[in-house]
Amino acid sequence: MTFWVLLTVNSVTFGGLLFLLSAGFSLIFGLMRIPNLTHGSMFMLGAYLGTTLLSGALGFTLNFWLAALIAGLEVAALGALMERLLLRRLAGQQLAQVLVTLGVSFMVADLCLMGWGGDPVSVATPPSLTGFVRAAGAVFPLYRVAVIMIAVVFALALWLMLDRTRLGAMIRAGVDDPQMARVVGIRVSQLFTIVFGLGAGLAGFAGMIGGPILSVYPGLDQDMLPLALVVVILGGTGSLLGSFVGSIIVGFIYNFGQALLPELAYFILFLPMVLVLVLRPQGLFGGQVL
Amino acid sequence: MTSSASGSVSSVVNGPVTVGRIAIAVAILALIAVPFVVSEIYYVNIASQVLLYAIFALGLNVLVGYAGLVSLGHAGLFGVAGYVVAYLLAAGYGHGFAILAALAAAMVVTAGFAALALRATGISFIMITLALGEIIWGLAYRWISLTNGDNGISVTTRPAPFGLSLASARGFYGATLVIFLVALIAAAIFVRSPFGAALCGTRDQPRRMNALGYHVWMIRFGAFMFSGLLTAVAGILFVYYNEFISPQALALTASAEGLLMVISGGAATLLGPVVGAALVVIVKNVVSAYITRWNFMLGAIFVAIVVFMPEGLVPGAVRLARSAWRSGRQGKPEPRP
Repeated sequence: MTFWVLLTVNSVTFGGLLFLLSAGFSLIFGLMRIPNLTHGSMFMLGAYLGTTLLSGALGFTLNFWLAALIAGLEVAALGALMERLLLRRLAGQQLAQVLVTLGVSFMVADLCLMGWGGDPVSVATPPSLTGFVRAAGAVFPLYRVAVIMIAVVFALALWLMLDRTRLGAMIRAGVDDPQMARVVGIRVSQLFTIVFGLGAGLAGFAGMIGGPILSVYPGLDQDMLPLALVVVILGGTGSLLGSFVGSIIVGFIYNFGQALLPELAYFILFLPMVLVLVLRPQGLFGGQVL
Repeated sequence: MTSSASGSVSSVVNGPVTVGRIAIAVAILALIAVPFVVSEIYYVNIASQVLLYAIFALGLNVLVGYAGLVSLGHAGLFGVAGYVVAYLLAAGYGHGFAILAALAAAMVVTAGFAALALRATGISFIMITLALGEIIWGLAYRWISLTNGDNGISVTTRPAPFGLSLASARGFYGATLVIFLVALIAAAIFVRSPFGAALCGTRDQPRRMNALGYHVWMIRFGAFMFSGLLTAVAGILFVYYNEFISPQALALTASAEGLLMVISGGAATLLGPVVGAALVVIVKNVVSAYITRWNFMLGAIFVAIVVFMPEGLVPGAVRLARSAWRSGRQGKPEPRP
């Protein structure tokens, strides 16, 4: 019984992390029409930067949450910079943009290997959250519950931002019809930078938050990127709800697969993607056909 | 990016027929001469690598260049063929059976890839092929009881067709060269056939082709299968060359390297991918000898080529040289397109 409960908690936690990762991926895809292949690298980079801030290697030691926040901001700045300096030069050439993100992802992976070495770096759980909570006759690790709550808070915040603010309305307009949005005076190219930075920042933040669960190791980027891809193919591009549902589904399949069929976990993960592609190519909640 | 490339290089390669033919004949003679002229085994081996990756790039180019469908999952197809050969040889089967089974398995997987990926075009096609390639990688990496995981599978012997041993570097080079030439001729026939012309049509004007009564999906499917066949042949050669295969051969980096070969040489040109393969293999070996940061280089070259020479190195260099020559003659730069 405990086994199943714990597995479920782990699945939801992982789903929450995936949501933080894939919400930005999905928004970037929806707005700029390109899969950002650096997204896994941003996740990994955020985690590495966070561990450095945490370790005191820079002469000061930060609180875990502050480290995660700052790592996220740093990665966001990097993402915005990359959009400005590289992707902007290739405006309108989607294929070239995808290839550039692929190239940058290799560079980031190698730089991380150079900077932080090949051994996995474990991230300590924040001391205040190392315990357990008891509820309904079962025991839940506190940190995982916290991650789930953070994911929910971020999901709500993102939804409010997209649905209720002027910026959100502009982003939605850009996703639906970029030409028309330009005509009515929205600076879509500025939105690109904002959304790209936001997405990268969320990924970096998720990387650090996921650190105590996944630890940080070379190849983390290439483990996470396909998961974000699957989430977005499942949920549909540019849809926040789609990312959320897709993340939870993938979280469950991944964790249950690893517990029950460890050798085929990675394979099983892609089955729902194949089903969606065959039966509903636009994704569960996507408006546009992929 | 692809359609603009075809004009400039085909004029370079095919332009004055005699010059082009002579150049190709000289190149082939040079390839034949390699094992006799080059004394160091190391360089013969590099030449074998160039040829086997050239077959891979030729296959990938059928999709990327002529069909306009960029695949980031081809290393998966490459790996399926390689793994099946290695697995069957390790299980005690003969070379002939292992190779045929590998080709068959790779064709089945290719058909699956094509059926799924061809539901989309453009960027989505990239995403789906990438995800599919990662599945194969995941299987090779995690299905340890079958693939031996990260430790890979070793192959102890090379085949000896018609009694000719391929155990030596020169022998293997000879066999690779023969297969490469067959693949090159097959690719040339494919590209120049009516089917190849129809394929280019589906790349440039899919709707018009559809209106003209062509079955666009079927044409793309055929191209995917041919591409997969060449990729599988390269994968089999790869296993025999290294006498070993591990999940590394299937990683996303491997797919990206293949793509780099195609776009650096010039997509949608027959010989561009061959030049690209030579470039990537040589740079990789030279760079690896001095620095360990090949992945960083790979990424940087990718970015540089896409940003500065999107049509590929060969056509790009021709364009730059031409505009430099013209501006030198006329004293003013050519207006940028």
